Amino acid sequence: MNTSRIGVVTPSRARFSEPLLLACGRTLSEYELVYETYGELNADRSNAVLICHALSGNHHAAGYHSAEDRKPGWWDECVGPGKPIDTNHFHVVCLNNLGGCHGSTGPASVNPETGQSWGPDFPSLRVRDWVHSQARLADHLGIDCWAAVIGGSLGGMQAMRWALLYPQRLRHCVVIASALKLSAQNIAFNEIARQAIQSDPDFAGGHYLSKGLVPAQGLALARMVGHITYLSDDAMASKFGRDLRSGTLEPGTELGAEFQVQSYLRHQGSRFSNNFDANTYILMTQALDYFDLAREYGNDPVAAFREARCSFLVLSFSTDWRFSPGRSREIVNALIAADRSVTYAEIAADGGHDAFLMPIRRYLDVFSAYMQRVREPH
Amino acid sequence: MRLDLTHIQRWIEPDSKVLDLGCGNGEFLQRLYTERGVRGLGLEIDPNEITAAVARGLNVIEQNMDAGLDNFPDQSFDTVVMAHALQAVHYPDKVLEEMLRIGRQGIVTFPNFGHWSCRFYLGTRGRMPVSRFMPHNWYDTPNIHFCTVTDFETLCAERGIRILARDMVGNTERKPLLASAMPNLFAVTAIYLISR
Repeated sequence: MNTSRIGVVTPSRARFSEPLLLACGRTLSEYELVYETYGELNADRSNAVLICHALSGNHHAAGYHSAEDRKPGWWDECVGPGKPIDTNHFHVVCLNNLGGCHGSTGPASVNPETGQSWGPDFPSLRVRDWVHSQARLADHLGIDCWAAVIGGSLGGMQAMRWALLYPQRLRHCVVIASALKLSAQNIAFNEIARQAIQSDPDFAGGHYLSKGLVPAQGLALARMVGHITYLSDDAMASKFGRDLRSGTLEPGTELGAEFQVQSYLRHQGSRFSNNFDANTYILMTQALDYFDLAREYGNDPVAAFREARCSFLVLSFSTDWRFSPGRSREIVNALIAADRSVTYAEIAADGGHDAFLMPIRRYLDVFSAYMQRVREPH
Repeated sequence: MRLDLTHIQRWIEPDSKVLDLGCGNGEFLQRLYTERGVRGLGLEIDPNEITAAVARGLNVIEQNMDAGLDNFPDQSFDTVVMAHALQAVHYPDKVLEEMLRIGRQGIVTFPNFGHWSCRFYLGTRGRMPVSRFMPHNWYDTPNIHFCTVTDFETLCAERGIRILARDMVGNTERKPLLASAMPNLFAVTAIYLISR
């Protein structure tokens, strides 16, 4: 559908040797962040946009890694020339978060103190730790103030935290399919994913790397259950229905039939288990569970948002039941009550939570219209 | 710019805060911003209108008034405007009360169903009026709560709503003498400034 005109991109790497004090009380003495940039930074450095990734995302938001690459970056529908985050006008930065497994320092990295990989001993991270590390990346890149910090899902939580922790360092905050905090149901789904990983014998208490193991089964299962929650009932019905991949349901045959949805889920699961680190998945789901924007503001999101100085765009999708429109309206209502500048649209889409990654006409239109305003500093 | 919106503008203080219920493509809010420095927020449910308003650089909230306005704090706006939407909401009386809870003052405009042409149409043809101003058939109209000037003023009296000013727009843009003298019969559009 959309052919990316960003072309081939090469990730960059930044090394930080100033210790980072984490929310858990521990300190990372040094760490690396891998990131990509698209579009030119302008002379007064006012057109930089930070994209924060979601649970299983990484720094590769758009473009291709090689000429042979079949799939572009995860948000290629929204990032590129003429797209909502228009790289003809913005200098876009997307990083792999600390604790990730795509190049930034994380559980699979070597702990300098032991010479072994961190594994399960990697410090537990909170969303605010990511925000602080992203602020250091901004310092490193010479960006004092982002034109916008943008994120979907867990990325939206980072964007909101930015608005509270560094109110002077962003002009706009774009929060897509996100929430002030997870619901019990959401935490429950994350717990199933963690249990699937931790009960895989090859997980070995998190020390699988040093034993040459991969908890592939557990990771695949974790991804499968997650994936179902990112889709809507309607989307699954229209994509797979009850279509069979093999076998038959006719009477008189004993051979089992296999539904398309089964094979799809297994494919998603196995692909994920080849590309993702189990300890990172546990770390990221915990950061998601622990996030609660307003906790330290007396559990009052209105008081929390009074810290913010930027303008907000909040978007949700009608069939998203993991981060439902109701959760987005809680964000919007708190912003209204805090007398902040806010725009909200609820996009009719059948794609569930994953709709935020899809090229839905109205979504792209209203997102583009807002980004137009981000381009014109007041 | 619709005529009723031009009338409304003079009741809105420069640099004040305005909530526009049913803001459409944001034309009015943008004009208030450029001409009076007004800080505006619009409510709208039509997806294309929302995108158009956002493209003007305005803040818009996608929200259906019929589902309530209780997410807006008491007295959080200077003026709450509702232009040509009163007749289309499920509970016009509740929306009026909400407008004056949220805003210090309210501005309401609506088509006057008591206009002589409506009465004539109904009286002679025995059918619900269809005109340039009311182009819908009775079965597919969004206008489910038509009222007259007298109906509106009676409701305000019953609910203790003060009418601070009113403007009547007649059939022509010349001085609306007839519409001002006998609004229930000659006003096409009624415009009210109200408060508690």
